[in-house]
Amino acid sequence: MLRTIEQINAKIKAGKVVVATAEEVVSLVKEKGVKKAAREVDVVTTGTFGPMCSSGAYFNIKQSTPKIKLGGGRVTLNNVPAYAGWAAADILIGANALPDDDPRNAVYPGLFKYGGAHVIEDLLAGKKVRLEAKAYGTDCYPRKEYTAEIGLEDFNNAVLFNPRNCYQLYNVAVNLSERTIYTYMGVLKSRLGNANYSTTGALSPLLKDPELRTIGIGTRVFMGGGQGYVALSGTQHVAQPERDPNGLPMAPSATLALIGDLKAMNTKYVRAASVTGYTSTLSLGVGIPIPIVDEKAMQQAALSDEDITYPIVEYSESYPLGRSGNLGRVSMAQLMSGRIEVDGKKVPTGCMASRAKGRALALELKQLIAEAQFFLTQATAALPGATLAWEE
Amino acid sequence: MAKKKVIFSFPPALVEEPITYVLIKEYDLQVNILRATVRPRDRGRMVVELKGKKENLDKAFEYLEDAGIQVDTLVQEMRHIPEQCVSCTACVPMCPTKALSVDKTSRELVFDHTKCIICEACIPSCSYGALESQF
Repeated sequence: MLRTIEQINAKIKAGKVVVATAEEVVSLVKEKGVKKAAREVDVVTTGTFGPMCSSGAYFNIKQSTPKIKLGGGRVTLNNVPAYAGWAAADILIGANALPDDDPRNAVYPGLFKYGGAHVIEDLLAGKKVRLEAKAYGTDCYPRKEYTAEIGLEDFNNAVLFNPRNCYQLYNVAVNLSERTIYTYMGVLKSRLGNANYSTTGALSPLLKDPELRTIGIGTRVFMGGGQGYVALSGTQHVAQPERDPNGLPMAPSATLALIGDLKAMNTKYVRAASVTGYTSTLSLGVGIPIPIVDEKAMQQAALSDEDITYPIVEYSESYPLGRSGNLGRVSMAQLMSGRIEVDGKKVPTGCMASRAKGRALALELKQLIAEAQFFLTQATAALPGATLAWEE
Repeated sequence: MAKKKVIFSFPPALVEEPITYVLIKEYDLQVNILRATVRPRDRGRMVVELKGKKENLDKAFEYLEDAGIQVDTLVQEMRHIPEQCVSCTACVPMCPTKALSVDKTSRELVFDHTKCIICEACIPSCSYGALESQF
Protein backbone atom coordinates (compact mmCIF):
# COMPACT_ATOMS: atom_id res chain seq x y z
CA MET A 1 0.00 0.00 0.00
CA LEU A 2 1.25 3.44 -0.93
CA ARG A 3 -0.96 5.33 1.52
CA THR A 4 -3.93 4.85 3.80
CA ILE A 5 -7.14 6.92 3.87
CA GLU A 6 -5.99 8.21 7.26
CA GLN A 7 -2.74 9.47 5.76
CA ILE A 8 -4.59 11.10 2.88
CA ASN A 9 -6.94 12.89 5.28
CA ALA A 10 -3.95 14.10 7.31
CA LYS A 11 -2.49 15.55 4.12
CA ILE A 12 -5.84 17.19 3.27
CA LYS A 13 -5.89 18.76 6.74
CA ALA A 14 -2.33 20.00 6.33
CA GLY A 15 -3.15 21.44 2.90
CA LYS A 16 -0.55 19.16 1.30
CA VAL A 17 -2.76 16.75 -0.58
CA VAL A 18 -2.20 16.28 -4.32
CA VAL A 19 -5.44 15.84 -6.23
CA ALA A 20 -5.97 15.30 -9.96
CA THR A 21 -9.10 14.65 -11.99
CA ALA A 22 -9.62 11.33 -13.76
CA GLU A 23 -9.04 13.11 -17.07
CA GLU A 24 -5.81 14.70 -15.87
CA VAL A 25 -4.29 11.40 -14.72
CA VAL A 26 -4.82 9.85 -18.15
CA SER A 27 -2.18 12.15 -19.64
CA LEU A 28 -0.09 12.15 -16.45
CA VAL A 29 0.29 8.36 -16.58
CA LYS A 30 1.04 8.46 -20.31
CA GLU A 31 3.77 11.00 -19.61
CA LYS A 32 5.32 9.67 -16.38
CA GLY A 33 4.13 6.10 -16.09
CA VAL A 34 1.93 4.47 -13.45
CA LYS A 35 4.64 4.11 -10.81
CA LYS A 36 5.61 7.78 -10.68
CA ALA A 37 2.03 9.06 -11.07
CA ALA A 38 0.86 6.81 -8.21
CA ARG A 39 3.55 8.25 -5.96
CA GLU A 40 2.71 11.83 -6.90
CA VAL A 41 -1.10 11.85 -6.72
CA ASP A 42 -3.03 11.07 -3.54
CA VAL A 43 -6.58 11.34 -4.83
CA VAL A 44 -8.24 11.14 -8.25
CA THR A 45 -11.63 12.81 -8.66
CA THR A 46 -14.37 11.60 -11.02
CA GLY A 47 -17.71 13.01 -12.13
CA THR A 48 -20.89 12.01 -13.88
CA PHE A 49 -24.13 13.80 -14.68
CA GLY A 50 -27.11 12.24 -16.37
CA PRO A 51 -30.73 11.15 -15.96
CA MET A 52 -31.13 8.80 -12.99
CA CYS A 53 -34.71 7.55 -12.97
CA SER A 54 -34.17 5.66 -9.77
CA SER A 55 -34.21 8.88 -7.75
CA GLY A 56 -36.51 10.25 -5.15
CA ALA A 57 -36.62 12.54 -2.15
CA TYR A 58 -38.23 12.01 1.19
CA PHE A 59 -39.37 14.72 3.53
CA ASN A 60 -40.49 15.14 7.10
CA ILE A 61 -43.09 17.89 7.44
CA LYS A 62 -43.50 20.23 10.37
CA GLN A 63 -46.82 19.61 12.07
CA SER A 64 -49.35 22.37 12.52
CA THR A 65 -52.22 22.26 14.98
CA PRO A 66 -54.21 20.15 14.99
CA LYS A 67 -51.78 17.48 13.86
CA ILE A 68 -52.30 15.23 10.84
CA LYS A 69 -51.23 11.64 10.16
CA LEU A 70 -50.13 11.51 6.52
CA GLY A 71 -49.29 7.79 6.59
CA GLY A 72 -52.14 5.89 4.98
CA GLY A 73 -53.59 9.08 3.54
CA ARG A 74 -53.14 10.78 0.20
CA VAL A 75 -50.57 13.51 -0.45
CA THR A 76 -49.67 15.54 -3.52
CA LEU A 77 -46.93 18.13 -4.07
CA ASN A 78 -47.84 20.54 -6.88
CA ASN A 79 -50.43 17.97 -7.89
CA VAL A 80 -47.79 15.21 -8.20
CA PRO A 81 -48.67 12.23 -5.98
CA ALA A 82 -46.24 11.55 -3.16
CA TYR A 83 -45.94 8.24 -1.35
CA ALA A 84 -47.65 8.37 2.03
CA GLY A 85 -47.21 4.86 3.33
CA TRP A 86 -44.76 5.75 6.06
CA ALA A 87 -45.26 7.51 9.38
CA ALA A 88 -47.38 10.51 10.32
CA ALA A 89 -45.08 13.14 8.86
CA ASP A 90 -42.89 11.34 6.30
CA ILE A 91 -43.57 11.44 2.57
CA LEU A 92 -41.56 10.46 -0.46
CA ILE A 93 -41.70 11.73 -4.01
CA GLY A 94 -40.24 9.73 -6.88
CA ALA A 95 -38.64 11.39 -9.90
CA ASN A 96 -41.00 9.58 -12.30
CA ALA A 97 -44.26 10.40 -10.45
CA LEU A 98 -46.81 12.29 -12.54
CA PRO A 99 -50.01 14.18 -11.77
CA ASP A 100 -53.12 12.00 -12.12
CA ASP A 101 -54.35 14.22 -14.96
CA ASP A 102 -51.08 14.20 -16.91
CA PRO A 103 -51.77 12.74 -20.38
CA ARG A 104 -48.55 10.68 -20.20
CA ASN A 105 -48.05 9.32 -23.73
CA ALA A 106 -51.75 9.24 -24.64
CA VAL A 107 -50.81 12.08 -26.95
CA TYR A 108 -47.89 10.37 -28.67
CA PRO A 109 -44.97 10.50 -28.02
CA GLY A 110 -45.68 12.30 -24.72
CA LEU A 111 -43.96 15.29 -23.17
CA PHE A 112 -43.84 14.56 -19.40
CA LYS A 113 -43.52 18.25 -18.67
CA TYR A 114 -43.91 18.18 -14.88
CA GLY A 115 -43.31 15.28 -12.53
CA GLY A 116 -41.69 14.40 -9.23
CA ALA A 117 -38.25 15.42 -10.50
CA HIS A 118 -39.59 18.90 -11.25
CA VAL A 119 -40.98 19.18 -7.72
CA ILE A 120 -37.50 18.38 -6.36
CA GLU A 121 -35.87 20.91 -8.69
CA ASP A 122 -38.44 23.61 -7.83
CA LEU A 123 -37.78 23.11 -4.12
CA LEU A 124 -34.02 23.34 -4.67
CA ALA A 125 -34.51 26.47 -6.77
CA GLY A 126 -36.10 28.10 -3.70
CA LYS A 127 -39.68 27.88 -4.98
CA LYS A 128 -42.67 27.03 -2.81
CA VAL A 129 -44.71 23.97 -3.71
CA ARG A 130 -48.32 23.24 -2.81
CA LEU A 131 -48.78 20.34 -0.43
CA GLU A 132 -52.29 18.90 -0.32
CA ALA A 133 -53.06 16.07 2.04
CA LYS A 134 -56.07 14.01 2.99
CA ALA A 135 -55.96 11.73 6.01
CA TYR A 136 -58.36 9.60 8.02
CA GLY A 137 -57.84 11.39 11.32
CA THR A 138 -57.08 9.64 14.60
CA ASP A 139 -57.46 10.49 18.27
CA CYS A 140 -53.84 11.68 18.39
CA TYR A 141 -53.74 13.15 14.86
CA PRO A 142 -57.27 14.49 14.37
CA ARG A 143 -56.81 16.67 11.25
CA LYS A 144 -58.24 15.19 8.05
CA GLU A 145 -57.24 17.76 5.45
CA TYR A 146 -54.21 19.98 5.12
CA THR A 147 -53.03 22.37 2.41
CA ALA A 148 -49.91 24.49 2.58
CA GLU A 149 -47.43 26.32 0.35
CA ILE A 150 -44.07 25.10 1.52
CA GLY A 151 -40.44 25.58 0.60
CA LEU A 152 -37.41 23.39 1.22
CA GLU A 153 -36.62 25.23 4.46
CA ASP A 154 -40.06 24.38 5.84
CA PHE A 155 -39.33 20.65 6.02
CA ASN A 156 -37.66 19.23 9.12
CA ASN A 157 -35.64 16.96 6.82
CA ALA A 158 -35.26 16.62 3.08
CA VAL A 159 -33.20 13.69 1.80
CA LEU A 160 -32.32 12.70 -1.74
CA PHE A 161 -32.12 8.96 -2.23
CA ASN A 162 -31.16 6.86 -5.26
CA PRO A 163 -31.90 3.15 -5.03
CA ARG A 164 -29.69 2.89 -8.13
CA ASN A 165 -27.13 5.30 -9.51
CA CYS A 166 -23.73 5.52 -11.22
CA TYR A 167 -24.32 2.51 -13.49
CA GLN A 168 -20.93 1.00 -14.28
CA LEU A 169 -20.82 0.94 -18.07
CA TYR A 170 -23.96 1.31 -20.12
CA ASN A 171 -25.30 0.31 -23.51
CA VAL A 172 -24.99 2.35 -26.67
CA ALA A 173 -28.54 2.42 -28.07
CA VAL A 174 -29.50 2.19 -31.75
CA ASN A 175 -32.72 1.55 -33.67
CA LEU A 176 -32.85 -0.81 -36.66
CA SER A 177 -36.59 -0.44 -37.25
CA GLU A 178 -38.46 1.66 -39.79
CA ARG A 179 -39.79 4.25 -37.35
CA THR A 180 -38.40 6.72 -34.83
CA ILE A 181 -38.62 5.39 -31.29
CA TYR A 182 -38.68 7.32 -28.01
CA THR A 183 -36.67 5.60 -25.29
CA TYR A 184 -34.92 6.25 -22.01
CA MET A 185 -31.80 6.52 -24.17
CA GLY A 186 -33.41 9.42 -26.01
CA VAL A 187 -34.90 9.76 -29.47
CA LEU A 188 -33.59 7.01 -31.73
CA LYS A 189 -34.10 7.59 -35.42
CA SER A 190 -35.03 4.71 -37.73
CA ARG A 191 -32.51 2.61 -39.67
CA LEU A 192 -29.49 3.43 -37.53
CA GLY A 193 -30.20 7.16 -37.72
CA ASN A 194 -28.22 7.80 -34.56
CA ALA A 195 -26.47 6.02 -31.69
CA ASN A 196 -27.00 7.32 -28.15
CA TYR A 197 -24.76 6.66 -25.19
CA SER A 198 -24.94 7.69 -21.55
CA THR A 199 -21.61 7.88 -19.76
CA THR A 200 -18.83 10.31 -18.99
CA GLY A 201 -16.22 7.74 -20.06
CA ALA A 202 -12.79 8.45 -18.60
CA LEU A 203 -14.48 10.58 -15.90
CA SER A 204 -17.12 8.03 -14.92
CA PRO A 205 -16.75 7.08 -11.21
CA LEU A 206 -17.20 3.32 -11.37
CA LEU A 207 -15.11 2.98 -14.54
CA LYS A 208 -12.13 4.48 -12.75
CA ASP A 209 -12.30 1.98 -9.90
CA PRO A 210 -13.75 -0.85 -11.98
CA GLU A 211 -13.23 -3.62 -9.41
CA LEU A 212 -14.59 -1.43 -6.58
CA ARG A 213 -11.37 -1.71 -4.59
CA THR A 214 -11.82 1.69 -2.90
CA ILE A 215 -15.52 2.52 -3.36
CA GLY A 216 -17.76 0.66 -0.93
CA ILE A 217 -20.53 1.05 1.61
CA GLY A 218 -19.98 4.26 3.55
CA THR A 219 -17.88 6.02 0.91
CA ARG A 220 -18.51 9.77 1.04
CA VAL A 221 -19.41 11.19 -2.37
CA PHE A 222 -19.94 14.63 -3.90
CA MET A 223 -23.66 14.44 -4.61
CA GLY A 224 -25.80 17.08 -6.28
CA GLY A 225 -23.36 19.75 -5.14
CA GLY A 226 -23.51 18.58 -1.51
CA GLN A 227 -22.10 15.59 0.32
CA GLY A 228 -23.70 12.18 0.27
CA TYR A 229 -22.81 8.58 0.97
CA VAL A 230 -22.88 5.17 -0.64
CA ALA A 231 -25.66 3.54 1.39
CA LEU A 232 -25.42 0.08 -0.14
CA SER A 233 -24.99 -1.51 -3.54
CA GLY A 234 -27.63 -0.19 -5.91
CA THR A 235 -30.51 -2.25 -7.22
CA GLN A 236 -29.65 -4.45 -10.23
CA HIS A 237 -25.99 -4.52 -9.06
CA VAL A 238 -24.11 -7.29 -10.84
CA ALA A 239 -21.52 -8.74 -8.47
CA GLN A 240 -19.48 -10.92 -10.83
CA PRO A 241 -19.47 -9.40 -14.30
CA GLU A 242 -17.36 -10.61 -17.19
CA ARG A 243 -14.30 -8.34 -17.37
CA ASP A 244 -11.71 -7.27 -19.93
CA PRO A 245 -7.95 -7.43 -19.13
CA ASN A 246 -8.12 -3.91 -17.59
CA GLY A 247 -10.76 -5.06 -15.12
CA LEU A 248 -13.53 -3.15 -16.91
CA PRO A 249 -16.88 -4.95 -17.08
CA MET A 250 -18.14 -5.98 -20.52
CA ALA A 251 -21.81 -5.10 -19.83
CA PRO A 252 -23.79 -2.88 -17.41
CA SER A 253 -22.84 -4.18 -13.95
CA ALA A 254 -22.14 -2.42 -10.64
CA THR A 255 -24.52 0.21 -9.27
CA LEU A 256 -24.63 2.31 -6.09
CA ALA A 257 -27.42 3.30 -3.73
CA LEU A 258 -26.73 6.90 -2.75
CA ILE A 259 -28.14 9.09 -0.03
CA GLY A 260 -27.59 12.74 0.83
CA ASP A 261 -29.06 15.84 2.44
CA LEU A 262 -31.15 17.56 -0.25
CA LYS A 263 -30.91 20.90 1.55
CA ALA A 264 -27.15 21.01 0.88
CA MET A 265 -27.54 20.41 -2.88
CA ASN A 266 -28.09 22.88 -5.71
CA THR A 267 -29.72 23.12 -9.14
CA LYS A 268 -26.38 23.24 -10.91
CA TYR A 269 -26.07 19.51 -10.27
CA VAL A 270 -29.69 18.49 -9.67
CA ARG A 271 -31.92 19.05 -12.68
CA ALA A 272 -35.34 17.80 -13.70
CA ALA A 273 -35.52 16.28 -17.16
CA SER A 274 -38.49 15.53 -19.42
CA VAL A 275 -37.44 12.65 -21.63
CA THR A 276 -39.82 12.75 -24.61
CA GLY A 277 -41.97 9.63 -24.90
CA TYR A 278 -40.55 8.15 -21.73
CA THR A 279 -40.76 9.95 -18.40
CA SER A 280 -40.06 12.81 -16.10
CA THR A 281 -36.74 12.09 -14.43
CA LEU A 282 -33.93 13.58 -12.39
CA SER A 283 -30.43 14.31 -13.62
CA LEU A 284 -27.95 14.21 -10.81
CA GLY A 285 -24.31 15.12 -10.63
CA VAL A 286 -22.12 12.70 -8.68
CA GLY A 287 -18.39 12.88 -8.09
CA ILE A 288 -16.50 10.14 -6.28
CA PRO A 289 -12.94 10.53 -4.97
CA ILE A 290 -10.63 7.60 -5.57
CA PRO A 291 -7.81 7.28 -3.04
CA ILE A 292 -4.64 6.11 -4.79
CA VAL A 293 -3.83 3.42 -2.27
CA ASP A 294 -1.55 1.50 -4.62
CA GLU A 295 -0.25 1.39 -8.18
CA LYS A 296 -3.18 -0.69 -9.39
CA ALA A 297 -5.57 2.04 -8.23
CA MET A 298 -3.67 4.56 -10.36
CA GLN A 299 -3.41 2.24 -13.35
CA GLN A 300 -7.19 1.77 -13.33
CA ALA A 301 -8.00 5.43 -12.57
CA ALA A 302 -5.93 6.37 -15.60
CA LEU A 303 -7.85 4.18 -18.07
CA SER A 304 -8.50 6.34 -21.12
CA ASP A 305 -11.46 6.94 -23.43
CA GLU A 306 -9.71 4.58 -25.86
CA ASP A 307 -9.58 1.82 -23.23
CA ILE A 308 -13.26 1.97 -22.26
CA THR A 309 -15.63 0.11 -24.57
CA TYR A 310 -19.40 -0.32 -24.58
CA PRO A 311 -21.79 -2.82 -26.17
CA ILE A 312 -24.08 -1.54 -28.94
CA VAL A 313 -27.65 -2.68 -28.30
CA GLU A 314 -30.71 -2.50 -30.55
CA TYR A 315 -33.70 -0.81 -28.87
CA SER A 316 -36.71 -1.32 -31.18
CA GLU A 317 -36.86 -5.08 -30.69
CA SER A 318 -33.84 -6.68 -29.00
CA TYR A 319 -33.97 -4.61 -25.81
CA PRO A 320 -37.77 -4.55 -25.27
CA LEU A 321 -38.07 -8.27 -25.95
CA GLY A 322 -35.01 -9.11 -23.89
CA ARG A 323 -33.18 -10.77 -26.77
CA SER A 324 -29.50 -11.30 -26.33
CA GLY A 325 -26.83 -10.37 -28.81
CA ASN A 326 -25.39 -6.99 -29.53
CA LEU A 327 -24.07 -5.18 -32.55
CA GLY A 328 -20.45 -5.08 -31.48
CA ARG A 329 -18.46 -2.82 -29.18
CA VAL A 330 -17.29 0.74 -29.48
CA SER A 331 -14.89 2.87 -27.44
CA MET A 332 -15.66 6.14 -25.65
CA ALA A 333 -13.13 7.86 -27.91
CA GLN A 334 -15.03 6.71 -30.99
CA LEU A 335 -18.35 7.80 -29.46
CA MET A 336 -16.93 11.23 -28.64
CA SER A 337 -15.64 11.67 -32.20
CA GLY A 338 -19.29 12.16 -33.20
CA ARG A 339 -19.58 9.11 -35.44
CA ILE A 340 -19.30 5.37 -35.04
CA GLU A 341 -19.61 2.54 -37.52
CA VAL A 342 -22.41 0.00 -37.10
CA ASP A 343 -23.05 -2.67 -39.73
CA GLY A 344 -20.78 -0.79 -42.11
CA LYS A 345 -22.82 2.39 -41.76
CA LYS A 346 -21.52 5.67 -40.33
CA VAL A 347 -23.86 6.61 -37.49
CA PRO A 348 -23.87 10.01 -35.73
CA THR A 349 -23.70 9.86 -31.93
CA GLY A 350 -25.50 11.73 -29.16
CA CYS A 351 -25.15 11.50 -25.41
CA MET A 352 -27.60 11.53 -22.50
CA ALA A 353 -24.92 12.21 -19.88
CA SER A 354 -22.89 15.42 -19.86
CA ARG A 355 -19.12 15.17 -20.13
CA ALA A 356 -18.89 18.94 -19.59
CA LYS A 357 -20.79 18.67 -16.29
CA GLY A 358 -18.84 15.55 -15.32
CA ARG A 359 -15.64 17.54 -15.77
CA ALA A 360 -17.02 20.46 -13.75
CA LEU A 361 -17.93 18.05 -10.93
CA ALA A 362 -14.48 16.43 -10.90
CA LEU A 363 -12.80 19.85 -10.86
CA GLU A 364 -15.06 21.16 -8.10
CA LEU A 365 -14.47 18.06 -5.98
CA LYS A 366 -10.72 18.42 -6.59
CA GLN A 367 -10.90 21.97 -5.28
CA LEU A 368 -13.02 21.01 -2.26
CA ILE A 369 -10.46 18.36 -1.27
CA ALA A 370 -7.53 20.72 -1.84
CA GLU A 371 -9.24 23.33 0.36
CA ALA A 372 -9.94 20.76 3.10
CA GLN A 373 -13.69 21.03 2.72
CA PHE A 374 -14.10 17.42 1.69
CA PHE A 375 -12.45 14.52 3.50
CA LEU A 376 -12.33 10.92 2.36
CA THR A 377 -13.96 8.06 4.21
CA GLN A 378 -12.76 4.51 4.40
CA ALA A 379 -15.57 2.29 3.14
CA THR A 380 -16.85 0.13 5.98
CA ALA A 381 -17.83 -2.82 3.82
CA ALA A 382 -17.15 -3.94 0.26
CA LEU A 383 -19.89 -4.00 -2.34
CA PRO A 384 -21.11 -7.47 -3.35
CA GLY A 385 -18.47 -9.26 -5.44
CA ALA A 386 -15.71 -6.78 -4.55
CA THR A 387 -12.75 -6.84 -2.17
CA LEU A 388 -11.53 -3.56 -0.70
CA ALA A 389 -7.87 -2.80 -1.43
CA TRP A 390 -6.96 -2.70 2.28
CA GLU A 391 -8.53 -6.11 2.84
CA GLU A 392 -6.81 -7.83 -0.10
CA MET B 1 -22.92 34.67 -56.34
CA ALA B 2 -24.53 35.74 -53.09
CA LYS B 3 -26.41 33.50 -50.71
CA LYS B 4 -28.90 34.39 -48.00
CA LYS B 5 -31.12 32.39 -45.67
CA VAL B 6 -34.25 34.25 -44.59
CA ILE B 7 -37.82 33.88 -43.44
CA PHE B 8 -40.73 35.30 -45.45
CA SER B 9 -43.84 36.19 -43.49
CA PHE B 10 -46.84 37.10 -45.58
CA PRO B 11 -50.30 38.21 -44.53
CA PRO B 12 -53.37 36.08 -45.44
CA ALA B 13 -54.15 38.30 -48.45
CA LEU B 14 -50.81 37.45 -50.05
CA VAL B 15 -50.92 33.71 -49.56
CA GLU B 16 -52.04 33.27 -53.19
CA GLU B 17 -49.15 35.39 -54.54
CA PRO B 18 -46.72 33.26 -56.63
CA ILE B 19 -43.67 34.60 -54.86
CA THR B 20 -41.20 31.82 -55.62
CA TYR B 21 -42.17 31.93 -59.28
CA VAL B 22 -41.43 35.67 -59.44
CA LEU B 23 -38.12 35.27 -57.61
CA ILE B 24 -36.96 32.63 -60.06
CA LYS B 25 -38.40 34.10 -63.27
CA GLU B 26 -37.82 37.82 -62.71
CA TYR B 27 -34.72 37.85 -60.56
CA ASP B 28 -32.96 34.69 -61.73
CA LEU B 29 -32.58 33.35 -58.17
CA GLN B 30 -32.18 29.81 -56.94
CA VAL B 31 -34.87 29.35 -54.33
CA ASN B 32 -34.42 26.51 -51.90
CA ILE B 33 -37.48 26.16 -49.67
CA LEU B 34 -36.37 24.66 -46.37
CA ARG B 35 -39.65 24.93 -44.56
CA ALA B 36 -43.10 26.43 -45.14
CA THR B 37 -46.38 26.76 -43.30
CA VAL B 38 -49.42 28.30 -44.92
CA ARG B 39 -52.67 28.04 -43.05
CA PRO B 40 -56.03 29.35 -44.25
CA ARG B 41 -56.82 32.84 -42.86
CA ASP B 42 -53.44 32.92 -41.14
CA ARG B 43 -50.08 34.41 -42.08
CA GLY B 44 -47.84 32.23 -44.19
CA ARG B 45 -44.22 31.59 -43.25
CA MET B 46 -41.42 30.21 -45.34
CA VAL B 47 -37.76 29.51 -44.58
CA VAL B 48 -35.80 29.89 -47.81
CA GLU B 49 -32.25 29.96 -49.00
CA LEU B 50 -31.77 32.37 -51.89
CA LYS B 51 -28.80 32.22 -54.23
CA GLY B 52 -28.00 34.57 -57.13
CA LYS B 53 -26.23 37.73 -58.22
CA LYS B 54 -26.00 40.29 -55.46
CA GLU B 55 -27.83 43.00 -57.42
CA ASN B 56 -30.63 40.55 -58.23
CA LEU B 57 -30.92 39.62 -54.57
CA ASP B 58 -31.15 43.30 -53.59
CA LYS B 59 -33.82 43.93 -56.23
CA ALA B 60 -35.71 40.84 -55.10
CA PHE B 61 -35.77 42.11 -51.51
CA GLU B 62 -37.17 45.43 -52.80
CA TYR B 63 -39.89 43.55 -54.68
CA LEU B 64 -40.75 41.53 -51.58
CA GLU B 65 -40.96 44.63 -49.43
CA ASP B 66 -43.19 46.40 -51.98
CA ALA B 67 -45.42 43.35 -52.12
CA GLY B 68 -45.90 43.57 -48.33
CA ILE B 69 -43.84 40.54 -47.41
CA GLN B 70 -41.77 40.74 -44.27
CA VAL B 71 -38.23 39.39 -44.63
CA ASP B 72 -36.35 38.36 -41.48
CA THR B 73 -33.07 36.73 -40.76
CA LEU B 74 -33.20 33.45 -38.84
CA VAL B 75 -31.49 34.65 -35.68
CA GLN B 76 -34.46 34.84 -33.34
CA GLU B 77 -36.50 31.95 -34.67
CA MET B 78 -34.73 29.08 -32.98
CA ARG B 79 -33.31 29.66 -29.55
CA HIS B 80 -30.75 27.74 -27.58
CA ILE B 81 -30.99 28.70 -23.90
CA PRO B 82 -27.54 28.14 -22.34
CA GLU B 83 -28.84 28.49 -18.74
CA GLN B 84 -31.12 25.49 -19.29
CA CYS B 85 -28.66 23.43 -21.33
CA VAL B 86 -26.55 20.78 -19.59
CA SER B 87 -24.45 20.00 -22.69
CA CYS B 88 -25.55 16.38 -22.81
CA THR B 89 -25.47 16.59 -26.63
CA ALA B 90 -28.53 14.36 -27.21
CA CYS B 91 -29.68 16.96 -29.77
CA VAL B 92 -26.53 16.81 -31.89
CA PRO B 93 -27.35 13.76 -34.06
CA MET B 94 -30.89 15.10 -34.59
CA CYS B 95 -29.62 18.18 -36.41
CA PRO B 96 -29.42 17.66 -40.19
CA THR B 97 -27.30 20.78 -40.84
CA LYS B 98 -24.74 20.57 -38.00
CA ALA B 99 -26.10 23.78 -36.48
CA LEU B 100 -25.83 21.89 -33.18
CA SER B 101 -22.40 20.49 -32.43
CA VAL B 102 -20.01 19.71 -29.57
CA ASP B 103 -16.91 21.75 -28.88
CA LYS B 104 -14.17 19.10 -29.01
CA THR B 105 -12.19 20.66 -26.17
CA SER B 106 -14.77 21.93 -23.69
CA ARG B 107 -17.41 19.30 -24.62
CA GLU B 108 -19.98 22.11 -24.38
CA LEU B 109 -22.85 22.33 -26.82
CA VAL B 110 -22.44 24.90 -29.59
CA PHE B 111 -25.39 26.35 -31.52
CA ASP B 112 -24.65 28.06 -34.83
CA HIS B 113 -27.89 29.77 -35.79
CA THR B 114 -26.65 30.58 -39.30
CA LYS B 115 -26.78 26.86 -40.11
CA CYS B 116 -30.20 26.26 -38.51
CA ILE B 117 -33.13 25.63 -40.85
CA ILE B 118 -35.71 25.52 -38.02
CA CYS B 119 -36.70 21.93 -38.80
CA GLU B 120 -37.31 21.52 -35.05
CA ALA B 121 -35.99 17.93 -35.08
CA CYS B 122 -33.86 18.77 -32.04
CA ILE B 123 -36.74 19.83 -29.79
CA PRO B 124 -38.02 16.37 -28.72
CA SER B 125 -34.45 15.28 -28.00
CA CYS B 126 -33.92 18.02 -25.40
CA SER B 127 -34.98 16.95 -21.92
CA TYR B 128 -34.21 20.31 -20.31
CA GLY B 129 -36.26 22.81 -22.35
CA ALA B 130 -33.06 24.36 -23.70
CA LEU B 131 -34.23 24.48 -27.33
CA GLU B 132 -37.18 26.61 -28.31
CA SER B 133 -38.77 27.45 -31.64
CA GLN B 134 -40.70 30.60 -32.36
CA PHE B 135 -41.45 29.66 -35.95
